[in-house]
Amino acid sequence: MRSVDREALQHEVTPLQHGFDLARRDFFKLLGGGMLVCVAAGHAVSQESGRGGFQRHDMPNTLDSWLHIGENGKVTVFTGKVEVGQNARTSLAQQVAEELRVPLDSISMIMGDTDLTPFDMGTFGSRTTPQMGSQLRKVAASARAVLIQMAAEQWQVPEAGLVAEEGEVRDPKSQKTVSYADLTHGQKLMKVIAAEPPLTNPKDWKIAGSGIPKRDGREFVTGAHKYASDQIRPGMLYGKVVRPSAFHAKLSSCDTSAAEKLPGVTVIRDGDFVGVTAPDLITAERAAEALQAKWDAPQQVSEKDLFEHLKSTEEKPTEGRDQIVKGSVEQARSGSSKTLQQTYTVAYIAHTPLEPRAAVAEWNNGKLTVWTGTQRPFAVRDELASAFHMQEENVRVLMPDTGSAYGGKHSGEAAIECARLAKAAGKPVRLVWTREEEFTWAYFRPAGVIEIKSAANPDGTLLSWEFDNYNSGPAGMGTPYEVSNQRIEFHPADSPLRQGSYRGLAATANFFARESHMDELAHELKIDPLEFRLKNLKDERLRGVFQAAAERFGWGKDKPAKDHGFGIAGGIEKNGHVATCAEVAVEKGQVKVVRVVEAFDCGAVVNPQGLRNQISGAIVQGLGGALFEAIHFENGRVLNPHLAGYRVPRFTDLPPQVDVVLVNRKDQPSMGAGETPLVGIAPAVANAIFNATGVRLRSLPLVPKGMPAVS
Amino acid sequence: MALTLVVNGSQHQVDVPPDEPLLYVLRNRLELTGTKYGCGEGQCGACTVLLDGNPVRSCITPASAATGKKITTIEGLANGEHLDPVQQAFLEAEAFQCGYCTPGMILSAVALLRKSKTKLTDKEIIAHMNGNICRCGTYGRILEAIHAAANMSRSTVDAKR
Repeated sequence: MRSVDREALQHEVTPLQHGFDLARRDFFKLLGGGMLVCVAAGHAVSQESGRGGFQRHDMPNTLDSWLHIGENGKVTVFTGKVEVGQNARTSLAQQVAEELRVPLDSISMIMGDTDLTPFDMGTFGSRTTPQMGSQLRKVAASARAVLIQMAAEQWQVPEAGLVAEEGEVRDPKSQKTVSYADLTHGQKLMKVIAAEPPLTNPKDWKIAGSGIPKRDGREFVTGAHKYASDQIRPGMLYGKVVRPSAFHAKLSSCDTSAAEKLPGVTVIRDGDFVGVTAPDLITAERAAEALQAKWDAPQQVSEKDLFEHLKSTEEKPTEGRDQIVKGSVEQARSGSSKTLQQTYTVAYIAHTPLEPRAAVAEWNNGKLTVWTGTQRPFAVRDELASAFHMQEENVRVLMPDTGSAYGGKHSGEAAIECARLAKAAGKPVRLVWTREEEFTWAYFRPAGVIEIKSAANPDGTLLSWEFDNYNSGPAGMGTPYEVSNQRIEFHPADSPLRQGSYRGLAATANFFARESHMDELAHELKIDPLEFRLKNLKDERLRGVFQAAAERFGWGKDKPAKDHGFGIAGGIEKNGHVATCAEVAVEKGQVKVVRVVEAFDCGAVVNPQGLRNQISGAIVQGLGGALFEAIHFENGRVLNPHLAGYRVPRFTDLPPQVDVVLVNRKDQPSMGAGETPLVGIAPAVANAIFNATGVRLRSLPLVPKGMPAVS
Repeated sequence: MALTLVVNGSQHQVDVPPDEPLLYVLRNRLELTGTKYGCGEGQCGACTVLLDGNPVRSCITPASAATGKKITTIEGLANGEHLDPVQQAFLEAEAFQCGYCTPGMILSAVALLRKSKTKLTDKEIIAHMNGNICRCGTYGRILEAIHAAANMSRSTVDAKR
């Protein structure tokens, strides 16, 4: 899985050997008696990493999943994955309930707590379903086998005839039943299992595969759910960090006297870090304003020079990793009849999670506990341990289900800052970034330049494909179309802004460029864009979603009005197969997306209701980056760090018709769906705009100020 | 400055600077954390509460402006175990993903439904709700939930007549 390799590298995840000490985590003390079932780490873990050197040979000392079956019949599942709105808490519980044969409401999930859950690299890359889902299915199926074995021993009958269902083991011959609770009653058993149990075929799923509502939905509609920014600790203070005047600025001087006169205020200065704590938030804010900090900022590249800068600082692609080469593009190009060369660009955009970065930190006898919204609690734990020169076991990171992330909460800035403030103040501290801080001091989706040179026969057969991506990233840069001559390369470059992962990574940029270019070629060749794609496409599942979307959309039918346009785009990323059709209306230079149909195939669907929510949400979010989202910057400063200046999709941007077609392939393994549903929308809309107006837009965002004036 | 605030039917005395945002008082002093901070500029609607039934952005409303008014937060909407129709409809339509915008969305919708007597069109709901951002993009289901809640409320009203 090369994309996983690339992604792991892109996130610079430190491979952690988590020699797991179960003794330290006294589950029985925490959960009462019963049985703890653990699965020894095997190949699943090395698959997860994709980095050399991350191997766990010392089995069975390392365990990668466990669950506890209490003597009250309650099942507690532990996973390092976290809930960021993608519905993993429910979909993972469904899979455990399915394999363990227990009612869903007997399951509780402990997620993203570095003291209690198995090590996990993080919740990203659409891997919760394929990797954690199958891991938890295995531990649940193993636990079921153990329970059947225990019942067989109790009844002195062979295991083979026994059936597990509804939290009980039943002997169909004698009609005897025994509940899991009774089987584990009065015990403190720990079972370590290394074998691979057979898993239930998705065709036979009863709990998995169904549209079960989000399990703690009531907490969200009543305001009871406590996000990281809602945590309250006894004696807690409020923190505020004084931000530099520009990126890379150094603190030259700081007069703290006025701030320190405010009641209960502590000022913390440590290198270039300046922050305050106060008994209440308004005092903390006023203290921060009263600090007279002076900064020296270096000259920096501005937005107007961005694309030139990225091109001029390109590095050579790493052979193998950032390169796909097949046949000979030069040779193919020289003999072909139709060639096309175009450049596409994408802007930096901000994740804008509605809950900004937040943390509550508490020190206790040299131990640090931090509640924070992060996709990578274990990585944040390590960041904290490193920042404060501590042993990892003295740091605990807890991740309450967070107010979304979209790839933007991989790092622990707020956690570290908050812990630093709490350490100085000697009391627990809450630190919540402002929207402006989130727009400035978080990281952005990379901007990039993509150049494509292609050649095709007049009959529409693709002959060659050259694709150079500067800075935006390698994810999804390969083409799903059959082209015998290809040279596809990612060129890292010097990014003027701090950049990192974003939902779908560079697949959005790469799909936009590729699918726009395919549309351009189809137009040049005078072939229908869908027909052109299918002509060059063998992948059966991608063909399937293209056809499903086109059929539902009514591709090929007449446009309802002259100023309307139809566009189509699709591809394969992270094992998700997506095809998106869009209809736009262009009136008085304003583009309105009036209809979207998206077909998606991610194998056997675990929760169709949750999946539909993910897909339609991704379409709406994707429209922002497609149409108008862009970070503007000049000389180390973000010029639009507010929602008034950075437009995100609102109700009025919702296409009146959004239609999701789920292609539920029960014969295929379940794959993630948090990202790929987002990546088809930008090119589908760009192609629809061309279809409506004849104007080809090659930069994301497409129409930040409406249609460009036609000269 | 000592202020008296009536929140969800209970009276609270707080001693705060008069220009302290109502949001800070609710979240940090009264520990009613269901009201969310999203932008601090009245641009996202996550901090929406009701003042005498009218939706306001508590992040740009000074606490002193809320004295003498009935403040309703998300915590005060349900009647014991009995959810408000809007809460119930959001739950049934699963009109959220991360849920962070949900309290503000629900309160904005409650304000709309309480003052509208006729059946609402999509356009009217969209116009009223456009100040509330759902970054997860759940607008379609929220719209659906508001329609469903409107039907529920009307049938309750009809039943009472």
